[in-house]
Amino acid sequence: MIERTPVLNIATHAILIFGLVIILVPIWLAFVAATQTLQAVNSAPVEFWPSDQLWVNLKEAWALSDFGPKFVNTLIVSVSVVVGKITLACITAFALVFFEFRGRMLIFWLIFITLMLPLEVRIVPTYAVAANALSPFQSILNATGLTWLINAVSGIEIALEWNLLNSYTGLILPLVATATGTFLYRQFFLTIPDELVEAARMDGAGPLRFLWDVLIPLSKTNIAALATIMFVYAWNQYLWPLLVITDREQFGMVVVQLSDLVPDQQTTGSGTPTWHLAMAATLVVMLPPIAIVIFMQRWFVRGLINTDK
Amino acid sequence: MRRAYFKFSWIVAALLTPQLLIIFIFFYWPSAQALYWAFTLEQPWGGGNTWVGFENFQKVLSDPYYWGSVRVSVIYALATTVLAMGMALTLAVFVDRQLAGYKAYRVAIIWPYAVAGPAVGLAFQFVFNPGAGIFSYINTIAPGWWDLSMNPWQAITAIVIAGAWKQVAYSFIFFLAALQSIPRSLTEAAAMDGARPLRRMIDLQLPLLTPTFFFLLVINITDSFTDSFGIVDTLTGGGPFRSTDLMVYKIYTDGFRSLDYSGAAAQSIILMLLVIALTFFQFRYVERRVHYT
Repeated sequence: MIERTPVLNIATHAILIFGLVIILVPIWLAFVAATQTLQAVNSAPVEFWPSDQLWVNLKEAWALSDFGPKFVNTLIVSVSVVVGKITLACITAFALVFFEFRGRMLIFWLIFITLMLPLEVRIVPTYAVAANALSPFQSILNATGLTWLINAVSGIEIALEWNLLNSYTGLILPLVATATGTFLYRQFFLTIPDELVEAARMDGAGPLRFLWDVLIPLSKTNIAALATIMFVYAWNQYLWPLLVITDREQFGMVVVQLSDLVPDQQTTGSGTPTWHLAMAATLVVMLPPIAIVIFMQRWFVRGLINTDK
Repeated sequence: MRRAYFKFSWIVAALLTPQLLIIFIFFYWPSAQALYWAFTLEQPWGGGNTWVGFENFQKVLSDPYYWGSVRVSVIYALATTVLAMGMALTLAVFVDRQLAGYKAYRVAIIWPYAVAGPAVGLAFQFVFNPGAGIFSYINTIAPGWWDLSMNPWQAITAIVIAGAWKQVAYSFIFFLAALQSIPRSLTEAAAMDGARPLRRMIDLQLPLLTPTFFFLLVINITDSFTDSFGIVDTLTGGGPFRSTDLMVYKIYTDGFRSLDYSGAAAQSIILMLLVIALTFFQFRYVERRVHYT
């Protein structure tokens, strides 16, 4: 469409640049702080232009927060959440879309409801479950009297226990336990034409072969979209790892390390706040998910819009 | 609906079991547990449970600190939503004009979505810090006037700005996608009728964005209620004088610092009901009522 709107064009750029400045300024200031020395960062007129201490500060912050093993941990957890979620979402949606059986809608709704309550809302009882992941079954056995019965008959006292605190499993499983991707997959599977299913069946393909050879190759963009979102989601987890992991030496995640760097009374006492290190660590922690979002932008946007969280 | 199906077999059970098991253990059981704790009084580390009916709720609801937490949560939710959505809408409408460099603008607005809450909180704590950040200017003019750790309203303003900053990207992505799905023929027809770009924004684009707008409104409010922990924890730590003690933060401190499981469970139930009500509202009224396609 050909339209000459020179004044509006200038106004458009002005508004957009103004918006960008608002978005970029906080991170720019953090970046500048990360390039300064302890004295410079705490001197009153704030600097707007980077100094030359970035590398020194990054190294010191890296060592201080012990980021090496923490990055490995975070990567393990994020990748596991991505893989777990995609696998679960795919097979669940497959069973719900391509099979007909009684109770299908009930199961659909059971899964759908999990979208409503995020982990943060049910954090206290979820933590209790993580302390013993088999406690639900133990309670059911106790309540139905089965524990007593088995004890009376065989003399065996049933005590199921599986402690997930301070373990990768404990970090990963609760993050996988929602239906985020299931619906993305369901919507996609619903667009698969019936003819394709019939053709596959005529060629003698069973459901699993159909899933593996037809659906999964077709759903590559779905996988990319879901993987991007889930990676960012898992990487940025804070409250859950803060609770589940008390042994941070071994299982700590990078984002949680930031809580130690808040320069307040607890960390620096009455000393000079180490803003330059806190900001350097903040940059390091932010970088991987930002890189993913920028490089995978197309899939990221598509995934975000189709999952509606 | 689909006509062609595979025959039901053990495979279905095998495919569904993992997901059902995992949501049973980590979703349904904890939610039921919260309900159970909310109506009983439990000793933190084992011990007996006694049925107390609504006593836990009465205790929570008669606690002025709880109402303070509700009040600041509502203020936080409304203020961040208005700020973030206002900014996102403005930016999306102008990015959608697709002038030179619009792809660069788009990337530059999207990336804050990827920044973790605690990182946002920490960065903004530096920005708002009276001693070192950009606000140290204010303190050279009026010493002692700006101090987050002393002044409740300044602390609330800080978490609102940090929260809004983080949420802009999400709304922006949705607004832009909605704008780009407006049929080109519609825009062209309006242009033929002599509607200039600004006129088209007001009379064509904004009305067509209504469904997206309401969808985002509910999502943003829900998110501000549930997803605020990281920002609060690193930016203000709930203070000063509990002025930024948002609901999730209070559940965390009551449950894990004071080990008051029953009180925390009662608060969780109230928050759950709130979130469920918002979701229900969205499905019942927003998604059904507003459609232009």
